[in-house]
Amino acid sequence: MRSILFVLAGLMVMGLAFWSYQENYKTRDVISDVRSLHGQIGSNHERLGMLRAEWAYLNRPDRLSDLAELNFERLGLLPLMPNAFGRVDQVIYPIPDVLPIIVPIEVGSTPAPVDGEEAL
Amino acid sequence: MIRTPLRPLARILKAREKGENPDAIEAENIRLRREDVRDKSRMRAEGRLLVMGAMFALAYGAIGVRMGALAGTVSEEPQSTVVGNPIFGQRADIVDRNGRILATNLDTHALYAHPRDMVDPEQTARELAAIFPELKVDQLVRDFTGTRKFVWIRRQLSPEQMQQVHDIGSPGLVFGPREMRLYPNGAIAAHILGGASYGREGVASAEVIGVAGVERKFDEYLRDPANEGAPLELSIDLTIQAAAEEVLAGGMSIMNAKGAASVLMDVHTGEIISMVSLPDFDPNKRPQVLLTGDQSDSPLFNRAMQGVYELGSTFKIFAVAQAMELGLINPETMINTKGPLQWGKFRIRDFHDYGAQLSATDVIVQSSNIGTARIAMQIGAERQQEFLRSLGFMEATPVELQEAPSGAPLLPRNWSELSTMTISYGHGLSSSPLHLATAYSSLLNGGTRVYPTLLHRENRQTGPRIVRAEISERSRDMLRQVVSRGTASFGEVEGYEVGGKTGTADKPKENGGGYYKDKVIATFASVFPANDPQYVLIVTFDEPSENSGSEPRRTAGWTAVPVAAEMIRRVAPLLGLRPQVDRTEPIGVTLTSN
Repeated sequence: MRSILFVLAGLMVMGLAFWSYQENYKTRDVISDVRSLHGQIGSNHERLGMLRAEWAYLNRPDRLSDLAELNFERLGLLPLMPNAFGRVDQVIYPIPDVLPIIVPIEVGSTPAPVDGEEAL
Repeated sequence: MIRTPLRPLARILKAREKGENPDAIEAENIRLRREDVRDKSRMRAEGRLLVMGAMFALAYGAIGVRMGALAGTVSEEPQSTVVGNPIFGQRADIVDRNGRILATNLDTHALYAHPRDMVDPEQTARELAAIFPELKVDQLVRDFTGTRKFVWIRRQLSPEQMQQVHDIGSPGLVFGPREMRLYPNGAIAAHILGGASYGREGVASAEVIGVAGVERKFDEYLRDPANEGAPLELSIDLTIQAAAEEVLAGGMSIMNAKGAASVLMDVHTGEIISMVSLPDFDPNKRPQVLLTGDQSDSPLFNRAMQGVYELGSTFKIFAVAQAMELGLINPETMINTKGPLQWGKFRIRDFHDYGAQLSATDVIVQSSNIGTARIAMQIGAERQQEFLRSLGFMEATPVELQEAPSGAPLLPRNWSELSTMTISYGHGLSSSPLHLATAYSSLLNGGTRVYPTLLHRENRQTGPRIVRAEISERSRDMLRQVVSRGTASFGEVEGYEVGGKTGTADKPKENGGGYYKDKVIATFASVFPANDPQYVLIVTFDEPSENSGSEPRRTAGWTAVPVAAEMIRRVAPLLGLRPQVDRTEPIGVTLTSN
């Protein structure tokens, strides 16, 4: 009887050892997975940060107002003034089509960066 | 197991026949049996010792092998869990109230040199100087050919410049990764953002630290990885800030002013929606701090918060509001305005002669110094001080900027009765436009104190009560009349019921000894819409002079007021305020039925 118990205990120890060995390796796999995912997310973040910086730079108010001025004939954009508010029944309908941009114009409101600190 | 008997019958019988003692046989057998047992147990013990020895050998062997392995390999931190998030190592962004970026980071490279690795230092120096005009060839050659082993060349490179440096092909030129702070909107909100620069610098990385403004004030927050990259959300609205800067810059050039400032504040939350100080600077290339001369001449100087000026007649409403709160007067009380008011050898005059008396409302509307001084006399110095303290005029504003403590107001050393009178119309106490915005907000939002803040807030502030709600209402009625029929008639903006008070104060001479005759600080403190105040706007010009007429006009009514009106016209729609026009009947369906 005792020997059966010994054998069983031995088998159990072996089983547990095998299980923990496997768990250990699975954990390591997952950790390295997480690490590589973090790396990917990090590089995506960097990319996203760069894109957002570029978006913010291209949408800076100075540049937008310059663009609105340049394209005034086509778009007729003006600063928002109190007379822009109206009632629903004053809205014209339908809205006339805006012609497509054929010759895009690049505009910078600040002088060209001398030492490239702002180059994007 | 076969057990050998101790007294085998055959041998016993045989021994008996021979007359030997059969006990000897038993003793012999016992001896043999014992020897046998002894041998067996020895064998067992030896076996056990062997196993144990083997186990010890294995254990120590394993430890030895492991130690050897550890000693022989590159060390690595054992890691069982992933702690923290390594992604958000960067300085956090700063965004405006709508999430538009005001400050962010950009990855770039720094350039340094190992002169000992260079093949042709002179040629390298010449080519570098061709790429970067600010570098001097002589200096570079001296650095590269001297004893130095390491030379920093540039802290930041654009990708194009990096490629050009690559093309030089010198093995002694090395790049290190760098993170730079970028302010994509240029000079917009420059004084609020401040700027950043590098702290500790290494080859592999450099620490970005804030040097002024919110960048400095919230440096720790912005660098804290525990925030997981959550941006710092300011109360500033980028669009409104840009519009305000545009209008103010235009106004400054038309009015030939030396400087200008404006503050737009939400009266309920204390949020600063826009704060402009001109001239300004580009935080991407923050200029040097002035080492000599007047700091207020530097573009770094924030006139809206650091600039303390005598703000003139804009203070009159405080005296009148306090007198009403104390029950000394009501808007219709007649005040003696017969001038000049003599006090010792000091005379108080009005801009015009307003006759013998004016109602309290008209004292504000016509801006009578004498009338206000007489009201202040009734209040007394102590109560006046207490009231101005409750409005925040006795200390620097608690706004979240590093420079805030430097905007402490200048108070009279001895608060005499004369001081009481002059302070009631805004002379003798210098404070910043931000102080004024805070006080106007506190007075006009229903009468509870607000504290100025640059952080986005959703909820109203519930500060201590300054005046009763009806006094707040009467004050804004008076301010409304200043615009509709008083000194600020250019301030009328159709649909927005602007109320406000002008203030024109002579500039004190820098080295004491009275005031300039031809230099003023012109201020317009306004609130809109006056029937339900939402925002307070302060516009201040430093030394304006409107020269379209036959002689230069410097009063706020001619300088600050029209610019403030234009600003309200531009900014109010952006704030989502609908103009209140007389509504015509909507075209609707009239129900007719039989």
